[in-house]
Amino acid sequence: MKGCRVKIANKCFGEIPVIQQLEFEILTNAFVTLVGPSGTGKSTLLNILSGLDSDFDGSLEWADGGPGRIGYVFQDPRLMPWLTVRENIELVMTDADDDKSWVDHLLRKVELSDRSEAYPGQLSGGMQRRAALARGMAIKPDILLLDEPFTSLDEPTAAGLREMVLDLWRDHSSAVLLVTHNLREALELADQILFLSKGPARIVHREALLPSRIDPVVKRDSDGLGRELMKRHPDILSGIAAYSNPNLG
Amino acid sequence: MLQGSTWGRWLFLGVFLCIWQVTALLLQSDQLPGPLEVMQSLWFHLTEGDLLQSIIVTLRRVFLAFTLAMLVGIIVGFLMGRYPLIDTILDGVLIMGLNIPALVIIILCYVWFGLIETAAVAAVAINKMPLVAVTVREGVRAIDHKLLQVGDVFRVSLIRRLIHIYMPQLYPYLMTAARSGLSLIWKIVLVVELLGRSDGVGFQLSTFFQFFDITSILAYTLAFVLVIYSIESMLMRPLENHLTRWRS
Repeated sequence: MKGCRVKIANKCFGEIPVIQQLEFEILTNAFVTLVGPSGTGKSTLLNILSGLDSDFDGSLEWADGGPGRIGYVFQDPRLMPWLTVRENIELVMTDADDDKSWVDHLLRKVELSDRSEAYPGQLSGGMQRRAALARGMAIKPDILLLDEPFTSLDEPTAAGLREMVLDLWRDHSSAVLLVTHNLREALELADQILFLSKGPARIVHREALLPSRIDPVVKRDSDGLGRELMKRHPDILSGIAAYSNPNLG
Repeated sequence: MLQGSTWGRWLFLGVFLCIWQVTALLLQSDQLPGPLEVMQSLWFHLTEGDLLQSIIVTLRRVFLAFTLAMLVGIIVGFLMGRYPLIDTILDGVLIMGLNIPALVIIILCYVWFGLIETAAVAAVAINKMPLVAVTVREGVRAIDHKLLQVGDVFRVSLIRRLIHIYMPQLYPYLMTAARSGLSLIWKIVLVVELLGRSDGVGFQLSTFFQFFDITSILAYTLAFVLVIYSIESMLMRPLENHLTRWRS
């Protein structure tokens, strides 16, 4: 069994504590979602998990001794402006030449087949996000870190991309950690939702959602689940002042 | 757009030549030969003089000095941009290098190393190095670390990181360094030749100067300008267009 036990006792930027006493496990085949107000250490947490930021008190205990392949979809697309969409994806792959059909498949899924030779500067913001998502998945990661990847996309496209993430997760038995402030999205996808407080970030509530959507036949009524969750824990999002519109209608 | 600017260039050249010819006719002076005379002189020097040989000798020096200056300048600039300690140590030297008159460096090189080819090339290269280093230092400081992080997370190999993530961010700065450096070298290399070499365009010009042969001086200048234009249009511009093709 792969996966990771995350223990962050303390993470500061200068004097300001960003994360405190945060502990959770993310196992292989798990789809964990972090929900919380923006600007409270969620991206920092992903940076720590990805190994980019090692300046914190605590530990990451990877079951296999290491994280394996990490796919990271940053909050900003971070595509190389001088590489085409296809080249951007191939850049992170070790044997891109052997896997042309896989890249083609990804490009089709993110609806960029006809723009694969375009440079990022020629694409809209949404298209760039989709390209970044394809890049994150291209390496068939053991753990996929997603930092609000579906924001500022129109709903049908976002829905399609969520399905794509689910497919990848099911096919490659990877672990997924999704950061979002869209509760409906979290309820639709995750096995487990961790609700974070305002900074310094702590976990205020853990919600397990079973059966897992790793079984393709499982469907979810995210609106109903949301209403029910808010009834049980009316204050779950109360620490989140900016969180007035949980997209639940 | 490109068509328009090309036309404008030729039009300007034509007008310039006309004014030159008319002025020369009006003045009727030895000190301002007309363009036709200069062309004839150019043809003479090309077919019966040392023009081609001189230009080849000078170009060789330009090429050597350019390569040397770019190589050292890039290394120093990179180290200074990357490591603050090195930057602090070398900053004073760099400012001095940027501001010492070219003539001083040329004289010192000849005095210390003798009137030899190495001294000539070194003098030109030393004049240009600080400029390259400063430009490259700026480029290294402007590197976008968010893009480098992509390489870190996805464990892109070192070579590919260098080619596809790091260097493209430096290309604009390297192009600027090459451009400005080349124009500086053209200017300095002739002075170096005039002061301490017995061949090359600079040496020929000094000979013509002794005979007040303005026509030959202008003919050599013209030949030189043509060489510079060809390097610009056949090498620098295509290279720049290739490197910035994504910026459309």
